[in-house]
Amino acid sequence: MTANDPMPDGGIVLTPEQKRRRRARSIAIALTLGALVLLFYIVTIVKLGPNVLTRPM
Amino acid sequence: MSLAVKGADRSAAAVVAPAEPSLASVGDYFALMKPRVMSLVVFTAFVGLMVAPGPVHPVIGATALICIAVGAGAAGALNMWYDADIDAIMTRTAGRPIPKGRILPGEALAFGLTLAAFSVVGLGLMVNVTAAALLGFTIFFYIVIYTMWLKRATPENIVIGGAAGAFPPVIGWLSVSDQPALEPLLLFLIVFMWTPPHFWALSLSRSADYARAGVPMLPVVAGKPETRRRILIYTALLVPCGLAPYAFGVAGALYGAVAATSGALMLALAWRVWAAREDPAESAGKQLFAFSILYLLLLFAVLLVEPGVVG
Repeated sequence: MTANDPMPDGGIVLTPEQKRRRRARSIAIALTLGALVLLFYIVTIVKLGPNVLTRPM
Repeated sequence: MSLAVKGADRSAAAVVAPAEPSLASVGDYFALMKPRVMSLVVFTAFVGLMVAPGPVHPVIGATALICIAVGAGAAGALNMWYDADIDAIMTRTAGRPIPKGRILPGEALAFGLTLAAFSVVGLGLMVNVTAAALLGFTIFFYIVIYTMWLKRATPENIVIGGAAGAFPPVIGWLSVSDQPALEPLLLFLIVFMWTPPHFWALSLSRSADYARAGVPMLPVVAGKPETRRRILIYTALLVPCGLAPYAFGVAGALYGAVAATSGALMLALAWRVWAAREDPAESAGKQLFAFSILYLLLLFAVLLVEPGVVG
């Protein structure tokens, strides 16, 4: 039985290398999403320009 | 049959399907985006963006370049998804993530489609719709017209398909200005005419690879002597296109001098490829391939810096 064979309960045990790579992929996705949030925020501010401070009284 | 299933079926024979959970690293996904091609796309788009008239906010300009880069990455990933079967056969591409079994074809397809959607919608929402429409068309052209149709159907694949690589400077231009102008057309023309001699120079030494994979590249279908002749003809057509921005008054004397000098060198190298026999021609072809990259970088770099240098 290898590390990836199904467990008696039907689950799969990942090797340490697979866990390491999955963690790296998860971190990359998190960083990308964070960068997107930052990009959308900055572009919104830039597009609004000084009008962001103009509010109807 | 869905595209995803078709892609997986086509590649099934050639690809080592992983029996274990994914071993794909972040680097594998990065490789899927063809980073070297992406860097050339971003550079030419940057020049298109910078030479366009009118001010552009640095954040909006950077956003346009990010979207164009992601769009290029999407095209690269979708190309690797569709071409996984021939990539596995050719020496140059056998080490790519899908043939190696580190990424499944379906994963590459999903990755590519997601990037394509993000890049086009992002460019449309954050920069402008015209540039986004051309980016979407460029991805479509590269994947459907070039990869799925022309690449396996005709030795003119590179000639027509080269348009996909010539659009990025126009997209960069359109990110700033939607006015019709001569400049983006000239930038398009330079990259468009540069593509055939660039790729044919490489294909001279890769023709056995292409023949094994059944890709009808010019050396496979028409033979190496005809390919060498075409390289010379297309380089002779490219050099005037390279000089056109100076001739039409779009660029200055510095650009004219660089375009003339590097164009003469391109022509000399293409002549050597044409005049040489089999093995020396392959070696001359590699030199032309390497110099052609420098040639394109030089032309675009001078277009970029000349206004600041000259005044």
